[in-house]
Amino acid sequence: MALTPPKDRLWWKESLHTPEIVWITVAFLWGVVMFSAMIYWHIEGKQNLSNEAYRIDPEVFAAKAEAMTDQYTVREEGDTGIPVVHPPPGSDIYLIARLWEWWPILELEKDQSYRLHLSSMDWQHGFSLQPTNINVQVHPKYELVITIEPNEAGTFSIVCNEYCGIGHHTMLGRIYVVE
Amino acid sequence: MAAKAAFRVCPDTGLKVHLPAEALIKANAVVAVVFLLVGGILGLLVALTRWPAVHLLPAEAFYSVLTAHGINVLLFWIIFFEIAILYFASAVILSSRLATPWLGWVGFVLMLGGAIMVNVAVLQGQSSVMFTSYVPMPAAPHFYLGLILFAVGALIGVAIFFGTLVIAREERTYEGSLPLVTFGALTAAIIAVFTIASGAIILIPTFLWSLGYISQIDSVMYKLVWWGMGHSSQQINVSAHVAVWYAIAAIVLGAKPLSEKVSRSAFLLYILFLQLASAHHLLVEPGISSDWKIFNTSYAIYLAVLGSMIHGMSVPGAIEAAQRGKGYTKGAFEWLRKAPWGNPAFSGMALSLVLFGFLGGISGVVLGTEQINLIMHNTLYVPGHFHATVVAGTTLAFMALTYLVVPLIFRRELILPAVARWQPYVFGIGVAGISLFMMGAGTLGVARRHWDITFSEATLTFDYPGTAFLMMGLNGVFALLAALGGAMFILVVVGSILFGKRHEGAAQPAPAPAAPRPAAAVGSYGNAGTIYVPGTYILVGLFFTAFVLYYFVNWKYLSEVWPLS
Repeated sequence: MALTPPKDRLWWKESLHTPEIVWITVAFLWGVVMFSAMIYWHIEGKQNLSNEAYRIDPEVFAAKAEAMTDQYTVREEGDTGIPVVHPPPGSDIYLIARLWEWWPILELEKDQSYRLHLSSMDWQHGFSLQPTNINVQVHPKYELVITIEPNEAGTFSIVCNEYCGIGHHTMLGRIYVVE
Repeated sequence: MAAKAAFRVCPDTGLKVHLPAEALIKANAVVAVVFLLVGGILGLLVALTRWPAVHLLPAEAFYSVLTAHGINVLLFWIIFFEIAILYFASAVILSSRLATPWLGWVGFVLMLGGAIMVNVAVLQGQSSVMFTSYVPMPAAPHFYLGLILFAVGALIGVAIFFGTLVIAREERTYEGSLPLVTFGALTAAIIAVFTIASGAIILIPTFLWSLGYISQIDSVMYKLVWWGMGHSSQQINVSAHVAVWYAIAAIVLGAKPLSEKVSRSAFLLYILFLQLASAHHLLVEPGISSDWKIFNTSYAIYLAVLGSMIHGMSVPGAIEAAQRGKGYTKGAFEWLRKAPWGNPAFSGMALSLVLFGFLGGISGVVLGTEQINLIMHNTLYVPGHFHATVVAGTTLAFMALTYLVVPLIFRRELILPAVARWQPYVFGIGVAGISLFMMGAGTLGVARRHWDITFSEATLTFDYPGTAFLMMGLNGVFALLAALGGAMFILVVVGSILFGKRHEGAAQPAPAPAAPRPAAAVGSYGNAGTIYVPGTYILVGLFFTAFVLYYFVNWKYLSEVWPLS
């Protein structure tokens, strides 16, 4: 038994029993199905994380975000001082993550697509778009570019879900989607 | 030390127990349980803070406690216990002397010193960086140094394990091939070498960075290598707890593996493929290709998952075969109904197996699916998953084994047998609840490692759905239950070691005695040349059905979020 040496020293020469062979085959095939599912989704599915990323200096990324903001700000969010930016559909849009805010607030149009650029000014942050529940990691010195297409209108929040210090739970952003 | 070492003969099993090995096993096991106690209390504080209606700790303390909780249980409790298992699986199971026991004490001191150093760093408040300590978020230098010392100490223990296997072979303390439990422990030890090497490769430069000798550490590379230690250490846990399941089934029921070849091959799959799993933590990072992600996250077409699925049939199958051999042949499940559910070693093992498989395993594979990870990464689903694997799976299995270690190694009878009998159920159900409700909250988008989901101190506002708050409350309630189960365990185990009656020999109530085994005896397997385990087959079928359904449901969830590419 399991605490004693096996009856046959050459245990790899044991023959297998049918119930074992059946289960191993089923489990193996299931693994192939799951593996293929990921590949299939890249071809047919609509939610895949892009592989497009660049190394970037935080100042350079900040400049791009500020340029977009200067050009397309439509208002300020209440008295928070955060600009609300309405960029043209199809354009490159920028979101900065930094201790402890997401900047700026983006206003997008439903069923339009945008190239969203994400980067951090300091530590790692977690871009968690709620309630739709899309979660992506944002690194300093890396720029991730994803093409997004909001499929519903409303007010969305960006929760930071990568622990980033004492202000982590105050880090909340927003994206508006209008018709 | 003279070549003629001191041994005693175990009155229950007939194994020769090397006294220096036994001393090391006891030391590591005792310290392990101390860290379980500390880490467990910290975990309860976390749960009671994340329960919004209670919100026990203030933010700074919460993040500090959360860091300490993860490190104390996931690293210190588990690895101290695993070192004890390695010494047991080599010296005791093979009736051999342990290689260089003095070096084992060096390793022990390094591990203990390192663990204390890390805890001091976290207590001092400048190292609330979570167990993962992701750069560029810095911790104090002695935080990293403590982890490095702990890792070096553990590596020494692993080396002694290998050395003992060599000695046992040379001194012919057993005949034939290694017993399955030792084989499983060997799997764990091999993976441990890779794990600790990865840890050293990333933590040593990070330590130097914290001192200012290195100017920067790439944050993506850090995650890749750190998780080469972080996730691989979970695979050490899996290999170890599967070996423990076989050991408990053998000791309590005399169960033999259905097929040595199948079980051992499944362990080999672990060695070959589990290390790829650092990919699970990099599925939504910038700069990594989908090809790399798909190949690695699946452990190469799920070959390591196959290993677990194989054990998922082999372990219950071995139990069913043993029970049928004893005459429990009525219907498909008499063997299960009449199993020793009142024996905490057995019930802990059985619960560990079911919860690990159904809750932990299934959620892990789903979480590690490249695209599905988008709706789960860094939500509370992640801790929901790993509390099912590491707490309901590994920790409960180790607790179950402790009920045998106390009479066999500490040679004390268990006190408060009624408490012991209920403990695995209280703990198991508590942890199952924690896991389920965290997964539920995570499915609703609740973030992990987060002090306040009402965002009361944020500039903007956001409300998670009401059900999320219900989940956090239920998580808190079940955490209380799990803490009670943990307290029951500590009470019985510590109380028995200090105050239990001396355990004299084979006639004791709790574990069924195994037949005495001199070193030359070998074991046979299965049940008269063929295997007949219909009950196990039905249970495995249930598991597989749950797996398939739950897997596809999550693709459905994913299909509803914003299209992304």
